[in-house]
Amino acid sequence: MAGSFWCLVEDDRQGNPKKVMAEVLGEAGRLASQAGGQAEAVWLTDKATEAGIKQLGEWGAKRVLLLENPAFAPYRGEVWAPVLAELCLKESPQAFFGAVTARQREAMARLAARLGAGLSADSTALALEDGTLVATRPVYAGKLLSKMTWAKMPWLATLRPNVFKPADSQQGAVAPVEKPAVTLPAAVMSLVERREDSSTGLPELAEAEIIVSGGRGLKGPENFAILESLAKAIGAAVGASRAAVDAGWRPHRFQIGQTGRTVSPKLYLGFGISGAIQHLAGMRTSKVICAINKDPEAPIFKIADYGIVGDLFEVAPLLEQEFKKLLEK
Amino acid sequence: MKILVMIKQVPDTATQVKIGPDGKAIDTAGITWIVSPYDEYALEEGLRIKEKRGQGEVVAVALGPDRVKEALRSCLAMGADRAIHLNDPAWERADTLMTARALAAAIKQEAPALALFGRQAIDDDMGAVGAAVAELLGWPCASWIMEESVDEAGKAIRVGRQVEGGLELFDLPLPAVVSAQKGLNEPRYPTLKGIMGAKKKEIKDVKAADLGLTAEAPALSVIKLETLPPRPPGRIIQGEAADAAKELVRALREDAKAI
Ligand SMILES: Cc1cc2nc3c(=O)[nH]c(=O)nc-3n(C[C@H](O)[C@H](O)[C@H](O)COP(=O)(O)OP(=O)(O)OC[C@H]3O[C@@H](n4cnc5c(N)ncnc54)[C@H](O)[C@@H]3O)c2cc1C
Repeated sequence: MAGSFWCLVEDDRQGNPKKVMAEVLGEAGRLASQAGGQAEAVWLTDKATEAGIKQLGEWGAKRVLLLENPAFAPYRGEVWAPVLAELCLKESPQAFFGAVTARQREAMARLAARLGAGLSADSTALALEDGTLVATRPVYAGKLLSKMTWAKMPWLATLRPNVFKPADSQQGAVAPVEKPAVTLPAAVMSLVERREDSSTGLPELAEAEIIVSGGRGLKGPENFAILESLAKAIGAAVGASRAAVDAGWRPHRFQIGQTGRTVSPKLYLGFGISGAIQHLAGMRTSKVICAINKDPEAPIFKIADYGIVGDLFEVAPLLEQEFKKLLEK
Repeated sequence: MKILVMIKQVPDTATQVKIGPDGKAIDTAGITWIVSPYDEYALEEGLRIKEKRGQGEVVAVALGPDRVKEALRSCLAMGADRAIHLNDPAWERADTLMTARALAAAIKQEAPALALFGRQAIDDDMGAVGAAVAELLGWPCASWIMEESVDEAGKAIRVGRQVEGGLELFDLPLPAVVSAQKGLNEPRYPTLKGIMGAKKKEIKDVKAADLGLTAEAPALSVIKLETLPPRPPGRIIQGEAADAAKELVRALREDAKAI
């Protein structure tokens, strides 16, 4: 339906939408209300829960298209893309948004190719200008912003987590659920096993509201314990610079930057990180940036909102104490 | 086994980028160009597969203007056997979809067992071409792979794809598309012998018409490029470490409301 702003549901594989969906639905709802339409959720899953469906309604979905089938888990592009395309052709949504997650960035790219439509990946802002959607995306290591627009609908976009304002939860709002019939393509890929990352007990990097990050200044892998302890105290995830990763101090999945993860937390605390352009590319859209570095000339201070010039081994434990005092109040 | 590796030439990240006169593209004067780093992981993996099997062919493919030959040449120096250059004014304004259509058509002509991509090109960071090509070809696709092994018969590939919270191991029948994530390997440097040998290797020019394609309007187009809005100047907190830590935490709570 023209006026439908669809959101592809990212879930925790236990039947609940992830927190990032509050942001995607929030943005879709905001744009839809300007366009005289509504936000709707499209959920491909092997199992949905009542609580999960309720959550989508409270985050502003006015309708949930629920496709529940074992074939949808694990995610396989050759199964998802044709189903999503079939739904789009049947219902002609005006826009279809996803979150920047492992499966959605791939599913949306396949869907775009199948529909012959444009996809703005990793968007950091969306706006309606004269009735047409305009996306903003960081390009060239985040040194420039590109404003982009689509030749036709549906406007496909993936949204960078933690950037868009989450929907205010409307207690008691209920979204009607529809279960459209679709043709299920045969899966070609088969899952052999899933290896879980060893749990750090800390939040997932891409979703964390606070990130504590360490670089070569940490001097060795054992010293990341200092940052982990600080992170535990404030509910943060721990990231690393490429120098720390390439030295083998942290696994690749913790690398932040152009050749690592892109993060956008509310608060980013960098310890012993110089702030190379490639590192900034992965964390520049953080809301508040703090740097602790002993070199007053370190480039990270140029984009930091707050800085302490000093020895991280001295400052980090002191910060932990101060944060604890604050949070115990 | 024939392996195609799709590579993109991009500005070196350390290079200054300036917005060009039309406001929609960068000014390419004075830019240092490199092969996008993720594509180097893809090429390295292609070379390793060939070396492990003791036979096969690795072909580097790139789309772009004349300057892209230099990037292809460096792939040949790393060890690719030959190169294909999709070079036509029809692709001057190529977006993801147009690029994917051109690459898919070239891949179809070459009919490799495996099409390797980097997870994304570090200029526009769209990260969509590999998956789009897979869709156009109707091939299975695994993005952001951290490890792989091709079975002895050359009929299937097992890959570890990086996802939130873990790694998913999948078997894909060949032909397939995979995209390389950092951590897959450490790309080699070209040897002097490789650099010399690269001069004699073939770079085939391919036009849109050779693939049965014509110029088309982009599905997603740039309205304009903008410089970043300036970040408000930061504040260096002075004083003894203990006082500075205390003040930082206070400022984060009371001024920035970040915790
Ligand atoms: C193509 C390409 C892609 C790249 N991708 C990435 C990427 O994704 N992510 C990334 O991070 N980098 C990336 N890099 C690398 C990047 O250029 C830098 O080399 C890297 O970010 C440096 O890491 P660092 O800041 O930890 O180390 P350094 O630059 O060595 O900085 C260490 C800092 O620690 C400070 N320090 C030392 N001891 C102390 C102490 N006791 N207390 C306080 N401060 C201390 C020093 O003053 C210094 O500023 C990439 C490079 C290239 C070429």
